[in-house]
Amino acid sequence: MTTMETTTARYSWGGDEHIFVEIDEAMSLQAHFRAMAITTSLQQQRPDGILEICPANASYQVRYNPDVLEPRTLLAQLKDIEKQVGDASDFSLSTRVLEIPVLYEDPWTTESAWRFRSHHQKSDVTDIQYAAQINGFANTEEFIEAHSRSPWFTSMVGFVTGLPFMFQMVPHERQLVVPKYLSPRPSDTPKQTVGHGGSFGCIYSVRGGGGYQMFGITPSPIYDPSQSMPDFDESVVYFRPGYIVKFIPIDRDQYDDYVNEVEAGNYRIKAREIDFSLQPYLDDPDGFNARLLEVLHDG
Amino acid sequence: MTVELRTAGLSTTIQDSGRSGYYNVGIPPSGALDQYSLTAANYLVGNPADAAVLECAYMGPELHFTESTVVAVTGADMPPRLNGEPRPQWESFPVSSGDVLDFGFITAGARAYVGVVGGIDVPEALGSRSTYATAGLGGLDGRPLAAGDVLPIGQSRSAIAGRTVPEDLRPKFSKDLEVRVVMGLYDHVLTPDGRKTFLDTIWTLTPVADRTGFRYTGGKLELIERTPPFGAGQDPSNIVDAPYPIGSIQVPGGVEPILLHRDAVSGGGYMMVGTVISVDLDVVGQSAPNTRTQFVEVSLDEALDARRAYRKRIQRLAESCS
Repeated sequence: MTTMETTTARYSWGGDEHIFVEIDEAMSLQAHFRAMAITTSLQQQRPDGILEICPANASYQVRYNPDVLEPRTLLAQLKDIEKQVGDASDFSLSTRVLEIPVLYEDPWTTESAWRFRSHHQKSDVTDIQYAAQINGFANTEEFIEAHSRSPWFTSMVGFVTGLPFMFQMVPHERQLVVPKYLSPRPSDTPKQTVGHGGSFGCIYSVRGGGGYQMFGITPSPIYDPSQSMPDFDESVVYFRPGYIVKFIPIDRDQYDDYVNEVEAGNYRIKAREIDFSLQPYLDDPDGFNARLLEVLHDG
Repeated sequence: MTVELRTAGLSTTIQDSGRSGYYNVGIPPSGALDQYSLTAANYLVGNPADAAVLECAYMGPELHFTESTVVAVTGADMPPRLNGEPRPQWESFPVSSGDVLDFGFITAGARAYVGVVGGIDVPEALGSRSTYATAGLGGLDGRPLAAGDVLPIGQSRSAIAGRTVPEDLRPKFSKDLEVRVVMGLYDHVLTPDGRKTFLDTIWTLTPVADRTGFRYTGGKLELIERTPPFGAGQDPSNIVDAPYPIGSIQVPGGVEPILLHRDAVSGGGYMMVGTVISVDLDVVGQSAPNTRTQFVEVSLDEALDARRAYRKRIQRLAESCS
């Protein structure tokens, strides 16, 4: 069994309106879960003057109005919450497990990748071929199998609107690690590109620049400023920190079918509400994941 | 009533005081980069401080009015002209139906603000009319304005021309800036020399200077030797992707600092070494490429003092316009 180790968080002022808190220098689900537990508790207490509460991978940030909330009072409150939360082993997160269909090695991200090859480590292979090679896989099929077999935990939403950063729910030694592009692509990362940088997966919510490797594309919209699609009744963004994602490899025909559903306005991401605690996962990751994913197929 | 854009200028957007509560999902505050000039433009025409105005970067638009009203132009020195005749800045003046307001060349600052009685009345998106073009949110269809756009103007009972901001309450724009910074965040990744270089260098603002961020050139910062923590990436300046404060300064690879403004990317994997104090974001928002900028370290208490002084100035602005 993996035990939880807790380090003491590091606090920093971010000018006069932010407090930045690094739970741990290195990424781990344990560090992330503490950030989630602390920000959830702060959200419940929510003192007057709080403007933004932003949980992230292994850190979090609070933006506040210092005319209303004295910075050192807030700092003391955050440190109190850190103590109360401890290792967050009794924290349970109400969240979602969901499926994201992915057309791996799609024509659009492949085209963009070739166009920006001078920004990349390798001139003669695609992003996913490169990722497969440096992670010790014989071919891209094996890489895709590893990428899509175990679910991913959304540990931060941001960079741009609604973009999820995801950390795969596998032991450390099975994490897929791929460097970011040597220099970011200035443009033309297609919308809904499934990307990867360091140990994080992501889904680009809007078309634009980006530095992550591009593995494929999903037909699932994750940002809808017009809120016209059924998944966006309550919010313009789909993702929240804590959502657990299972990638489902699809072929071009399935991709086109989903796109037609999106265009007809009746596409929905397949998702189920769940409560998630970290310790049962840490005790038996693969067994836990198998039970977790069964939830998606009940009913 | 409406205002029509005959030409759009270089980059004209609808902005107000911005939105809050969505940075956790990557939606930044947006709003006028120079909030003081926004407030002044609104007070001059009798609007609430946070009504929506036009933010006009570097080159102004040509505006055609369909009804009589009162307008005010603040911010960068960009001389307004009504039907070709000069009009003052920092002073409200009347326009009549059929009038055309345009602008001469910008001579100082970077962004002018045009306030209209009643405010620009596009629908609110997530609690604000501010344009966040990266995600196509707010403003008019979520984008910078284009020639031919017709802007709805809100209803207002009174229209008062001839209000003026006293000389001592108008900002002075300079090509040599001192910008106050609270150091911290990941500044421990800099060596003592690297930290000193950051604060001693006169940085030059590059042409990469927009609502998202301002990129500077002028030196290379020495980083400590370290093994990057798991998940951070290979470059010594990489961190595990973390939230970026508004006003934070990141230094990818130890060169070319990037200062994030009100359309900030909400997080990422480059070490930030400090954060510009909130009141100096206005000053940064008015800096044009080639502006020489020195970052001056201040304490939190000095930042809070500066904030109090700014609030007093806003109060005097309100009194002078009432």
